[in-house]
Amino acid sequence: MPPASSARASYSLKYTMELNDLYRDVILDHNRRPRNFGGLDPADASVEGFNPMCGDRLTVRLKLDDGKISDIRFEGQGCAISTASASLMTEAVKGCTRDEALRLFERVHQLLTDDAAPPGEELGKLAALSGVKEYPARVKCASLCWHTLASALRSTGPQTLPAVSTE
Amino acid sequence: MTNIALADRPLNFDVHALRRQFPVLARMVRGKPLAFLDNGASAQRPNAVIDAVDDYERHHHANIHRGVHTLSQEATALYETARDRLVEFINARSRHEIIFVRGTTEAINLVAQSYARPLLKPGDEILITHLEHHANIVPWQMVCEQTGANLVVAPIDSHGEVHEEAVVAGMSPRTRLFACAHVSNALGTVLPIRRLIAAAKARGITTLIDGAQAVPHMPVDMRELDCDFYAFSGHKMFGPTGVGVLYGREQLLERMPPWQGGGEMILAVTFAKTTYNSLPNKFEAGTPNISGGVGFGAAVDFLSRMDRDAAQRHEAALLEHATAALSRIPELRIVGTAGEKASLVSFTVAGVHPHDLGTILDEDGIAIRTGHHCAMPVMDFFKLPATARASFAFYNTFEEIDRLAAGVERARKLFA
Ligand SMILES: Cc1ncc(COP(=O)(O)O)c(C=O)c1O
Repeated sequence: MPPASSARASYSLKYTMELNDLYRDVILDHNRRPRNFGGLDPADASVEGFNPMCGDRLTVRLKLDDGKISDIRFEGQGCAISTASASLMTEAVKGCTRDEALRLFERVHQLLTDDAAPPGEELGKLAALSGVKEYPARVKCASLCWHTLASALRSTGPQTLPAVSTE
Repeated sequence: MTNIALADRPLNFDVHALRRQFPVLARMVRGKPLAFLDNGASAQRPNAVIDAVDDYERHHHANIHRGVHTLSQEATALYETARDRLVEFINARSRHEIIFVRGTTEAINLVAQSYARPLLKPGDEILITHLEHHANIVPWQMVCEQTGANLVVAPIDSHGEVHEEAVVAGMSPRTRLFACAHVSNALGTVLPIRRLIAAAKARGITTLIDGAQAVPHMPVDMRELDCDFYAFSGHKMFGPTGVGVLYGREQLLERMPPWQGGGEMILAVTFAKTTYNSLPNKFEAGTPNISGGVGFGAAVDFLSRMDRDAAQRHEAALLEHATAALSRIPELRIVGTAGEKASLVSFTVAGVHPHDLGTILDEDGIAIRTGHHCAMPVMDFFKLPATARASFAFYNTFEEIDRLAAGVERARKLFA
């Protein structure tokens, strides 16, 4: 990623760069080949998330062992940001405890919405989502999977909870 | 509109002179000239509308119908002149038939609650089509829930066309009302509403036409269409937001109870009894959107003064150009291929989600709509979560469409 100062050198340059900043290679790659994509049976929690604004829909299913996320998969359809975010999320939270995963959610939420929150070490590949905050209309695309995960973690039983919505 | 031969392409239609009357069209977005291709959601305003609202705000504002003072009389005259212009614009029979509302959505809700609700018995039916905007679905679902009536849906075909036989097949002795779009906002289909209205009328069925997407593109004539209700919004026809019209046949409006109670809609109030005002005020409780009404009148004036035949031919040429340019893009599918369409193209590109496409095109200064277009049943029918939609007005250009096609190509390559 080029330094911010050069990205602001001229209008057209700036915006081309911001677009590249949004659709980074990591995002494009996880959109093309989403990781941990598909069903999970049996699952300890399964929640469907829905973004009524764009019609994105995804289901997050996970297994817990000793209070840790031992497996997590997602399926559904969405835009590149939503698909890549879900794919990156499943990689990031596998092996995490419930609390660790929820803390990571907080950090990602900050990254997506707070200008003053630079990506830190602990975010790893999730830092690729930092370009999203320049596109307020797209923040919900990136956060849908995380809201869905949080809802899944707050449930523990195997039942399907009512779908969550970004609205 | 596609059936107009391109050979007739107007030579006298000066799109650039027209564009200069719409100040926002000159602005830059993200360093590029704005290409505004989201007119179906809301159209831009010409100076004539902006100036009329400005003049009203600066010099004439007061509450209407209530004062003997000069400003109140001026405001009343300006607002009521807008109603007169609308009578002429849609060839209604009188001012009594033009009810000012917030927009199409409110117009349809008014008919659902004030006309349909008192009439419907359990087992009665309301007939709509599969391509309706949510504004022409949900108010009917609500009134069905309130009365025990049933909502019946006439199918569309794979081109997004509504066939007369399919609608007639949906009519039964219990059908009390038939409501459909004049033009589909999600697909562009122009419905054969003359025939549909005639078929309903022959069976004694009341008709409501959602004209939100038709009025910006073509002249409409209430006496010729012969429907009972017709609804449209000011903001889609180059006027302000927050104002629209419910046209209703006077005999029906007369028989309907008021919708909301308050000031303006009464003649006399005692605690024992209230006498309702006459039409159209009976349905216009409370202080209306006065400046919006004034701007709406100016928009109608603007449209009435322009050569609408030439504008329509230009839009038909834009549609033809866009259809051809987009069809050349591999993996692109046009959704909605009716024989007669308004100047609007809904499409999907394999491998590129419409939402991503919208963001990428915005980077080029191109505004399109992406999503379900408030017509989720249409999306379900085509088994799509969303589409991208470019919707044109007479001020759009061939060059803007070429930029659209180039942007789509760019997005396709990014995600390939
Ligand atoms: C076909 C159709 N009907 C109804 C509406 C609702 O219009 P409004 O939001 O102005 O009430 C729209 C606007 O999107 C529309 O396209």
